Amino acid sequence: MSNSADQESPVAASPASAHANRVGVFHAVSQKGLSTLQETARRVRRHIVQMIGKAGSGHPGGSLSAVEVLVALYFQVMIHRPQEPCWPDRDRFILSKGHAAPALYTVLAEAGYFPTEELYTLRQLGSRLQGHADMTKTPGVEMSAGSVGMGLSFGIGTALAARLDGKDYRTYIMLGDGECDEGQIWEAAMAAAHFKIDNLTAIVDRNDIQLTAHTHQVMSLEPLADKWRAFGWHTMEIDGHDLSAVLSALEEARGVKGKPSVIISHTVKGKGVSFMEHDPGFHGKAPSPEQVEQALREIG
Amino acid sequence: MADIATREVYGRTLVELGGERPDVVVLDADVSPSTMTCYFAEAFPERHFDCGIAEQNMVSIAAGLASAGKVVFVSTFAVFAAPKVYDQVRMNLAQPGHNVKIVATHGGVTVGEDGFSHQAIEDLALMTSVPGLTVVVPADGPETEQVVRAAAQTPGPFYIRLGRPKVPAVHGDGYRFELGRAEVLREGRDVTIIACGLLVAEALKAAESLSAQGVGCRAVNMATIKPLDEAAVEAAARETGAIVVAQEHLEQGGLGGAVAQALARRYPVPVEFISLADCFGTSGPADALLEKYCLTGPHIADAARRALARKRS
Repeated sequence: MSNSADQESPVAASPASAHANRVGVFHAVSQKGLSTLQETARRVRRHIVQMIGKAGSGHPGGSLSAVEVLVALYFQVMIHRPQEPCWPDRDRFILSKGHAAPALYTVLAEAGYFPTEELYTLRQLGSRLQGHADMTKTPGVEMSAGSVGMGLSFGIGTALAARLDGKDYRTYIMLGDGECDEGQIWEAAMAAAHFKIDNLTAIVDRNDIQLTAHTHQVMSLEPLADKWRAFGWHTMEIDGHDLSAVLSALEEARGVKGKPSVIISHTVKGKGVSFMEHDPGFHGKAPSPEQVEQALREIG
Repeated sequence: MADIATREVYGRTLVELGGERPDVVVLDADVSPSTMTCYFAEAFPERHFDCGIAEQNMVSIAAGLASAGKVVFVSTFAVFAAPKVYDQVRMNLAQPGHNVKIVATHGGVTVGEDGFSHQAIEDLALMTSVPGLTVVVPADGPETEQVVRAAAQTPGPFYIRLGRPKVPAVHGDGYRFELGRAEVLREGRDVTIIACGLLVAEALKAAESLSAQGVGCRAVNMATIKPLDEAAVEAAARETGAIVVAQEHLEQGGLGGAVAQALARRYPVPVEFISLADCFGTSGPADALLEKYCLTGPHIADAARRALARKRS
């Protein structure tokens, strides 16, 4: 596994060596590396379906759509230390669409922040894995979320702190597309460009569906890329399930100076499970035990 | 000591703190010449961020900065620093326990001529309802400096309410504020007035006039509304048997609600409230508004007499 966090000793690495590792970490991912990431994504999907099925509630659709971006970040791009979640020089990942917590929990567990068995305590009384991401309970969760619209602003805060402290860690924020209905997203979009924040990358998980229906039925977002461009962002559009495209876009973002970058990641809600794909009904509904079995057969 | 606005003292204190502590960062929402964070902006431009008229964004940015080790002061008018950002305070500051100090200026009706839209009269009710948030309302300039310094030294989220007008000092230069502790400004055995903010000075006027009429009136400055000094409230109830709560705020919630709850739980006695009764403010000069809403010394003294009359013999 070519986990950037594994490329350095969590104990021995000084910030200086971590910074050295930041250059050229992922611009040449081998075919073997890609297939390793794809295999990780497959395991993550299996966990997501099973943990939500066991919990009996949760948000499978928007968790499954986010998988490749999360896997790329945690297993290839970000410099982080699963054994030291509060390492001050870590790259930050902020899940603003907090209902996709099962996807985040799974990559955190797979990366070693806590045991994968713990995933199956999701949403239970006393669990560290709350229904929505909770930074006070789960190692590796950077921001409590669930009331959407706040993560981009929070990320501006961590990015400004890096600038003030002369540190070169990066901040990554995943937004939902439905979340872009929130006015605060556009307050933050203006501010990030105004403050010329270039150590921040936003990823919009553009799965076209929000709670009630397809996004164009609930609230028109298009032309979404033009909106971000108009707000002063370096804007990219990719197939968010193509790991090569995800990695390339994340690398391109790292090279952009003087302005923030956003990746509009076109994805499929419920990706990998035929009866969940494109179905608003699986925004916030758990699969039955029979559906879990079918889903696992499809994911492989 | 000359009258001075608490926001003016805040602005000056921030500059001192900025010189002492490189980790202090200040955010404002296009009102820095009024909140007086403009002084900090001038002294430490790299650590002052004007977020424009986007308060929700500002509060969440503050949380991100605090998560990376900064002590963040966030300022705007109280109407924008509490009702408008309640969700961000709840999600981004209080639940995570981030080290962000909201310093809200222009609290209460004494904002004056700008009218109800700019007069926060419900902010203390809102902010005391957020778990884990410390809520403080200093009475005057000397206390404001102490409160701002205490907030900087105490980890966790704060809501500090300041005012627009100049107010008289009820404290001398040697005053030391203790977070979470009531301050007995004047002793008395017949009735107690518990006040915060600029009504502390009015409470003292009431206590003096009552004293001249032979009524022993205790005057308590309850700057920290949350966590409330319940022991001091209970002591006042046991020792004087009647209470008046005075705040530049709606009767619902805030200091009045907190004191009434403490009394109900620990030692019930008659309570009267000096506050706005389920209404919004209106335009007018600050002094006229204090009179209109019965928030002055003579009204507080009348309330004390009502409370006294309700005491069981």
